[in-house]
Amino acid sequence: MKPFKKHTGIAAPLDRVNIDTDAIIPKQFLRKIDRIGFGKHLFHEWRYLDYEGTKENPEFVLNQERFRHATVLLARDNFGCGSSREHAPWAIADYGLKVLIAPSFADIFYNNCFKNEILPVALSSREVDELFQDVWANPGAKVSADLPKQKIQGPTGKEYFFKIDSFNKECLIKGLDTIAWTEQFKDKIIAFEENHTAKKPWLR
Amino acid sequence: MYEKIWDEHIVHQDPAGISVVYVDCHLVHEVTSPQAFAGLRSAKRTVRCPNKTFATMDHNVSTRSKDINKIEATSRLQIETLTKNAQEFGITLYDLKNPNQGIVHVIGPELGITHPGMVIVCGDSHTSTHGAFGALAFGIGTSEVEHVLATQTLQQKKSKTMQINIDGKLGVGVTPKDIILYIIGLIGTAGGTGYVLEYAGSTIRGLSMEGRMTICNMSIEAGARAGLMAPDETTFTYIKGRRFAPQGNLWDKALTYWKTLPSDPDAKFDRVINIKASDIAPQVTWGTSPGQVTGIDGKVPDPESFQDPVARLGARNALAYMDLKPGTPMKEIKIDKVFIGSCTNGRIEDLRVAAQVVKGKKVASTVQGIVVPGSAQVRLQAEKEGLDKIFTEAGFEWRFAGCSMCLGMNDDQLSKGERCASTSNRNFEGRQGPGGRTHLMSPQMAAAAAMVGHIVDIREFS
Repeated sequence: MKPFKKHTGIAAPLDRVNIDTDAIIPKQFLRKIDRIGFGKHLFHEWRYLDYEGTKENPEFVLNQERFRHATVLLARDNFGCGSSREHAPWAIADYGLKVLIAPSFADIFYNNCFKNEILPVALSSREVDELFQDVWANPGAKVSADLPKQKIQGPTGKEYFFKIDSFNKECLIKGLDTIAWTEQFKDKIIAFEENHTAKKPWLR
Repeated sequence: MYEKIWDEHIVHQDPAGISVVYVDCHLVHEVTSPQAFAGLRSAKRTVRCPNKTFATMDHNVSTRSKDINKIEATSRLQIETLTKNAQEFGITLYDLKNPNQGIVHVIGPELGITHPGMVIVCGDSHTSTHGAFGALAFGIGTSEVEHVLATQTLQQKKSKTMQINIDGKLGVGVTPKDIILYIIGLIGTAGGTGYVLEYAGSTIRGLSMEGRMTICNMSIEAGARAGLMAPDETTFTYIKGRRFAPQGNLWDKALTYWKTLPSDPDAKFDRVINIKASDIAPQVTWGTSPGQVTGIDGKVPDPESFQDPVARLGARNALAYMDLKPGTPMKEIKIDKVFIGSCTNGRIEDLRVAAQVVKGKKVASTVQGIVVPGSAQVRLQAEKEGLDKIFTEAGFEWRFAGCSMCLGMNDDQLSKGERCASTSNRNFEGRQGPGGRTHLMSPQMAAAAAMVGHIVDIREFS
């Protein structure tokens, strides 16, 4: 995984609440055994007028010229709810989105982002609303994310600070291989297993 | 109870605020695992504990035929890939030909794989189902699937706890599905985010394991990491004698431990909610999120009546998608399809109550109804009891086990504009097929809706 520290890009406002992972990547596109190529199906049902995905829906925010090259996405509460499918962050990353800003994220989706070089930023509803207004009012304006400083800078230059768990932060900044990180505790895992099965011999 | 299970599984606590948690059981299916196995292979890693890993095929199998060649090519590739991976890494697989194949969250408990006090994970959000046994069970992403395969552990942050007490006697026609839909309506689809929910109270204690699983299953729909219920005699009776249940002396040891798991009387929770069972009416969803739900005697709400602008926007979008007008009584909404099944309501008890409703009646001429048992064993049991005959004589299609129309990743789908009374767990846009419209409800209510062609109040149905 590549390290993620800072990012600046055009922000697209997707004004919806409860954007679920079925909406992010519909099930008909999950039938793959690799992680690549999901970006063209991102938000498929909203983004295209036809099932095949050949006719763009001009009303959908990412199809509007000013937002087409967005790398930051604004959304409302409970982004990424529903299925645990990691195909959702794979589609988001493959499309080119790097930063997601919403008042809240669903748990499994939020965790999945950190495995895929995506920074999910939770700000208060009022702050997110302000960003929505400023992005609508300033076409082409950019939004910046600074992970080490835990800071978002809106299109007007206004700054917002966000909280992030220190381990997740480290994962993104260092581009950590989390399996390798855990493997450094291999001896502890072996010791735990011995003790666990001695105490609970009915476990397989 | 959450703290007790958590403490028993800590391998390492890091100063960075993260814990390495041991996993007792890892369930695997065809859709979220291929990339994890590929990752293992490319990093030259192996599966650390094949004996703690179980695989089945459920999401994209056909429920019309057991013939793998009848399955669409890309789905078949996932199924074949799982077969190959299970062989290569030495994992037990319940494939299409196996008499124990079925939906992962139906077969785990059915085979006695699920025990109280375990940490259970699966690349599927409805893993919360197993919490009904007092196991800490939750869904994970594919990268985490790979992490568990390689290390038998997960990096986790401790969740907050919410106790939901439900006390008293349920009204006529009110089922566990109605309890959980009511809870989601009450706390919201993000109300449980960051929490593990512990369901307690006399109503919960009075439920069967099937009913308890229905409730824990949909904890994720309230945003929760997991749902938990205290193991008791009902739990122990269910597990005893099943294939992977502890035997003999080990059973006694396990039982002694399991009895220590329930929360202490003075346990503190970060949030407590109290619900009177008698306040719960049969529930039905009107929108595109499980929290957009009302009692069956309710009406489609007016989006403009919502104070919160975000909820208002959500309701507007939902009504446009669902093609519903504010003020329409829920009972007048016509349906085209009925789906009885899924990891929420595809167990034997669900089929029994649905069969009771349809016995001697006919599916309305405007409706296509399908009944999909949650596992091959549920199907077999239902056939022993003659339930299949009741369903087919009423005009339902009787299918093989699988996830089917719950997620429409297979050949069971809604067509654009079709409206479905469904016993599944998600009414998201396009969930059951692009353009399809879903109303979530209990098996009884879905069965009754099939008979008359519109949503009905089960309490008025005869």
